[in-house]
Amino acid sequence: MIRIVLAILMITGVAAKADTMRLAATTSFNNSGLSDALLPAFKVDTGINVQLLVVGTGQAIRLGQAGDVDAILVHSKAAEEAFVSADFGTHRREIMYNDFVLIGPSADPSRIKDAESAIEVLQLIAATEMTFVSRGDDSGTHKKELMLWSAAKLFPDFFGAWYKAVGAGMGASLNSASGLDAYIMADRASWLNFGNKGGLELLYSGDPMLFNQYAYIPVNSDKHVHVKSEAAQRLEQWLLSARAKNIINNYKINGEALFIFNGAP
Amino acid sequence: MNEIWAGIQEAVRLIFSLDADLIGITLRSLEVSLTALVIASALALPFGTWLAIRRFKYRRFAIAVLNALMGLPPVVVGLVVYLMLSRSGPFGVLGLLFTPFAMIIAQVIIITPLIASITHQAMRELWSEYHDLLISLNTSKRQRVAALIWDGRRTLMTAALAGFGRAIGEVGAIMIVGGNIDHVTRVLTTAIALETGKGDFALALGLGFVLIALTLMVNFAIHALSRTEREGTW
Repeated sequence: MIRIVLAILMITGVAAKADTMRLAATTSFNNSGLSDALLPAFKVDTGINVQLLVVGTGQAIRLGQAGDVDAILVHSKAAEEAFVSADFGTHRREIMYNDFVLIGPSADPSRIKDAESAIEVLQLIAATEMTFVSRGDDSGTHKKELMLWSAAKLFPDFFGAWYKAVGAGMGASLNSASGLDAYIMADRASWLNFGNKGGLELLYSGDPMLFNQYAYIPVNSDKHVHVKSEAAQRLEQWLLSARAKNIINNYKINGEALFIFNGAP
Repeated sequence: MNEIWAGIQEAVRLIFSLDADLIGITLRSLEVSLTALVIASALALPFGTWLAIRRFKYRRFAIAVLNALMGLPPVVVGLVVYLMLSRSGPFGVLGLLFTPFAMIIAQVIIITPLIASITHQAMRELWSEYHDLLISLNTSKRQRVAALIWDGRRTLMTAALAGFGRAIGEVGAIMIVGGNIDHVTRVLTTAIALETGKGDFALALGLGFVLIALTLMVNFAIHALSRTEREGTW
């Protein structure tokens, strides 16, 4: 018995100990599959192994504040700026963007397909009180959704039972929406890569308000001495390189580009 | 129904293609949960037995607390361990967060009360049987504990297996303290949660069947090694 345990420990324990850093990244970065395209290439180029923690933006920022990760890759500008101005991060570097899309049952009972703007979409859903699934987890997507509701002068706190804050990641929330045949806002990458679409389809996109910027922030080593700032800096430089740009712009699912590089070298 | 069938097919495909990731994840699941089991058993078996034979003032209270701790919510354990091991927590300097070690700590906390409680129940019965004999032989406390553990080993194995079952099937705590990092802290349960999140139910279910098969194999292996349920030896 003990020998078996020891053997297993030997097999699995030998790995690691190379040059590694930890990156807390938003779920869409991983659920879209882009992380699997970028990080191995980064390892080939620099020999640095990135340990990816896939969490919502809110949790990523918490991990950065506590010094449990070396850098974060998130998408919620206001929260990012607060993080940097509180000196938890050294600076904010924009890397790429995609957009949010509105998903709903293909019959489209709220008739959002021909809406003029994202705000009108939300107003239509609220007026018809069709089931709407919200992330409800303080993630970047959730913050964006709340921002849009408030721009539409609607307040989720007062919504009826049709508004369901599930408090889960993008994939789990899409599963809920799929099960409930509900409307939901998702980032395009996660939606395209999602395997359980059921009766849902993409109904509305294209409003500039739905723009979704991803930014990279190295954690400040003045606050946490153990932070691997050198590795974090190399990842930043690499993410802004032509090679990374190429990988990001050419990452496609079903022929559709998911992210557009917009980092300034 | 189709999804379940697809899951079975996926499980068969995963096992027969000897997928390298699957093997890594499976070994890590075993490593974490078996290590947690060994540590938890080393703590819980003597403690549960001691509790059965020792009489002290707050014994009833201690037993009630122990039984209540069996229902310790894993996600709360995970959160507390996370806060302890976080760089801004008291044990942050050790840098243990998001390592298999952190997952082992969380699992030990979750399964020790379970094993100790079942041990205590079993040992109490055995102790009432052995009480007069062991007292009349003038044994020391340590000898009594050892005699009870040895003679009650079959029941203790059940206690340990219950602990192992809880450890290997657990996801809430190890997700928080391990972080589900690919090739480092990803185990079967966290991988299942991840694939469910991607909407890839077939793969998630396939991993689920692998997990069930693994638990069965571990149980059979332990039964075979300890020669239970055989004629003449039990």
